[in-house]
Amino acid sequence: MGALLNQRFLILAMLAVVIAVLPFVFPSSYYFRVASLVWVSALAAIGLNILMGQAGQVSLGHAAFFGIGAYSVAIGPTHLGIPSWAALLIGAALSAVLAYLVGRPILRLKGQYLAIATLGLGVRGALVISTESGWTGGPDGMPVERLTLFGWRVSGSYTWYWVTGALLLVGTWIALNLDETPTGRAFRALHDSEVAAQVVGVDVARFKLQAFVIAAVYGSIAGSALAFMNGFINPDQAGFLHSVELVTIVVLGGLGSVVGSIVGAAVLVTLPQALTVFQEYEHLLLGLIIIVSMIFMRNGIVPSLSGLFHRKART
Amino acid sequence: MAEFLQFLISGLTVGAVYALVALGFTLIYNASGVVNFAQGEFVMLGGMVTVFASAAGVPLVLAAFIAVVVAIVIGLLLHRLAIEPARGASAVTLIIITIGASILFRGIAAIIFDKQFHKLPGFTGETPINILGAAVQPQSFWVLGGAAVVVVALYVFLEHTILGKAVLATAANRLAARLVGINTTTIMAIAFGGSAAIGAIAGILVTPITLTSYDVGTLLALKGFAAAMLGGMGNPVGAVIGGLLLGLLEAFGAGYLSSTYKDAFAFLVILIVLFVAPQGLFGRRVVERV
Amino acid sequence: MVTKAKLKTSLVAGAIVLGVPQGALAQDTIKIGSVLSATGPASFLGEPEDKTLRMYVDKINAAGGVNGKKIELVIYDDGGDANKARTFATRLVEDDEVVAMVGGSTTGTTMAMIPVFEDAKVPFISLAGAIEVIDPVRNFVFKTPHTDKMACEKIFEDLKKRNLTKIGLVSGTDGFGASMRAQCVKVAPNYGMQIVADENYGPRDSDMTAQLTKIKNTAGVQAVVNPGFGQGPAIVTRNYAQLGMNNIPFYQSHGVASKSFIDLAGAAAEGVRLPAAALLVGDKLPESDPQKKVVTEYKQAYESATKQPVSTFGGHAYDGLFILVEAMKRANSTESEKIRDEIEKTRGFVGTGGIVNMSATDHLGLDLSAFRMLEIKGGDWNLVASGS
Repeated sequence: MGALLNQRFLILAMLAVVIAVLPFVFPSSYYFRVASLVWVSALAAIGLNILMGQAGQVSLGHAAFFGIGAYSVAIGPTHLGIPSWAALLIGAALSAVLAYLVGRPILRLKGQYLAIATLGLGVRGALVISTESGWTGGPDGMPVERLTLFGWRVSGSYTWYWVTGALLLVGTWIALNLDETPTGRAFRALHDSEVAAQVVGVDVARFKLQAFVIAAVYGSIAGSALAFMNGFINPDQAGFLHSVELVTIVVLGGLGSVVGSIVGAAVLVTLPQALTVFQEYEHLLLGLIIIVSMIFMRNGIVPSLSGLFHRKART
Repeated sequence: MAEFLQFLISGLTVGAVYALVALGFTLIYNASGVVNFAQGEFVMLGGMVTVFASAAGVPLVLAAFIAVVVAIVIGLLLHRLAIEPARGASAVTLIIITIGASILFRGIAAIIFDKQFHKLPGFTGETPINILGAAVQPQSFWVLGGAAVVVVALYVFLEHTILGKAVLATAANRLAARLVGINTTTIMAIAFGGSAAIGAIAGILVTPITLTSYDVGTLLALKGFAAAMLGGMGNPVGAVIGGLLLGLLEAFGAGYLSSTYKDAFAFLVILIVLFVAPQGLFGRRVVERV
Repeated sequence: MVTKAKLKTSLVAGAIVLGVPQGALAQDTIKIGSVLSATGPASFLGEPEDKTLRMYVDKINAAGGVNGKKIELVIYDDGGDANKARTFATRLVEDDEVVAMVGGSTTGTTMAMIPVFEDAKVPFISLAGAIEVIDPVRNFVFKTPHTDKMACEKIFEDLKKRNLTKIGLVSGTDGFGASMRAQCVKVAPNYGMQIVADENYGPRDSDMTAQLTKIKNTAGVQAVVNPGFGQGPAIVTRNYAQLGMNNIPFYQSHGVASKSFIDLAGAAAEGVRLPAAALLVGDKLPESDPQKKVVTEYKQAYESATKQPVSTFGGHAYDGLFILVEAMKRANSTESEKIRDEIEKTRGFVGTGGIVNMSATDHLGLDLSAFRMLEIKGGDWNLVASGS
């Protein structure tokens, strides 16, 4: 237990150091922008990983919660006069309630059936957003008012780097702690075998629902952060392809690994930026890299590499 | 009545394509447990290769044949180079591999072909046929007939050939199949090749109606996957019925309800079906083994 | 344990640092940036724009460049994703340090990028259609394509001449279609138009007979307008003919203004009308037309270089590039703000889209006369004689 506590602390400390040190090597604010995108995607992925990695449930509609968070902070202040920070909280609460309500029936479904049900919900969400253009600006999106906290107008790549970095630290801390609570243990039991978990007395339905709600809140807050950061939001962020991207981040980084989600986000966000030099070969290479890394690191980058490291250390 | 018939035929035509994509999903899923998200790219390959081969002067029939062969080769390569090396990985890892493959295929197609939309001429002209007041493109019959032939051929293969029975045995229980001496790797290769061929045929049949481009696959994979789920993953009959049903839902949804929310309507029905029958309409009940 | 965590975190750092190659700093070149949707659902816009920019920058450089300096063109592909576009915009401004930008294939990507250029005070000439790009006027944002509002007005003008007032709309739900539909609904009363049917289709739908059947069975529809771009309008046009609706006049928008629309729609396109730039009918313009020279030269250059039929989308990029180049020449400077001032002073610029007269209150500079009403006849575009 002590060693585990220690490890959690180390992960958090290293993450904090990375966030603190990176600005010293960044040559321009463009790098801050990319890093902030990594932090935001990582936050959403960590949430999804609680659902996928720990509770073993696949969601192909997770971007819908991202969209709820994003559009809450866009619509709240613009149409309803709600302060931006309150809109963020309302968005998170809304996501939680929605996840709770739809989670009950759909989490009874298994495997691919759950995937298609969540996908269906995601598609409906994106469709509503792009159709109700009076509220959402339609498919072209809408501007988002800047976040103001106690008279401080939060804007600029540097500021958002620190804000999203801090959010990621908090999100990581909560996820790591969750791992070691009875809830976390129940999640893992679920992942290994639902029936077995049920037999030993885990309230399967309740814990699945809990994981779904937590994942929704993570997604929603990440969405709000991105909307504030961009000052603009459009339905793509709530769409199917973004859901697939989030799932890819989780699996690429490593199911069940919090650090994996951060690494996965770093890879998937920076890769397209790095690949621009290859011009029209960009997509070809992106696909190839995903295939090759999944073949050679089938448990995800972080678990596979750390497994490799442990094996070496032993021999 | 004419209106109803118009929606019906339009829905069945689109549905037949969904059905073929769903059938492709099912074949691979049964043999390997993989949900192949690159399935839509086989449809794209069928259409695009035919378009470019016939533009290069190859007669249409030969061009279509080449397209099917190309798709089969790509399907076999996908299995050999990406799925087989990852054997034993978790289902979700394999799904991500197929998503990577779908990005890769699109990337290659954008370079080898182009990013424009293309069409093929209708196989038997484009003069609409009047059926009780509904105007029907002759190509619709090719799509429906072609889909029917594929389904029957697949049925005969699965039920009346040794190889087909081996595929069914593998689908029922992979370990048991291996124990009785079935080479499950070969079976999986057959499934990938066959599924690619079915996808390509769908692409060739439907391009005269829907047009094609390097990136038509994504949406078709999505719809095909939904159809397969609606029918019950793993059941070929379910895949076909699921596909047709999805097409009909969209057409009648657009015609009688709201064209804006027709996709939402289709997914709503899928959700309701899954709540009532969590394994889809014709899905197998699976018992989780501990 | 320590090393394990280190390994993980250094991976994070590595991935980020690896991300981007350093831009070379060269004082003897002028850096112009572009973010285009060269792949993805809007690639039919982004691709010709991309080819046009590359081709003409090479030509300009071969002829000695601008103000004695060569142009260095930096193009990124956003895949039609607004969030990616936003990141690339930041990259252009902060990392590549471009003096100006010509790009933004769709309204969605353009709107997401606008704050970046406004904040950095870098001129941004957008290639997107919707009116909201330049209305309200923003200091550093300009655009070259005609607005969707103008397209609606041009169509309604033509309908009014033909004494047709009850119309049906069938619109794509993509950004272009939705925005133009909204504009058409808004300006319809100004022309005495009554919208009696209003249907939609998804941007990737493959069959629109259901929607068209509904319009067909709506009593009193005198004409149908299809706001949309991409392959959707081609399928709508084919379904329109399939259902035998040719007796009802059918209007497309400037969103289909490339020859590939006629190829895809085939015989069904006969008789379809649409408002479009002179570029499509360059060879049919009278010699006296001021745009004749520009449009025939661009068409020839584009088609011989790419072996693909010319589209007005590439033309928007041509106009944007040369409005910028001429502004840079007049400013005789590479300072973004001076270039901005000169872009705003663009007068009498003859482009592929029309004759551009910008002002402090008009960052587009085109009027309705820039649109020609075309009708497809014999598989080709034809000018509709005024009054018919």
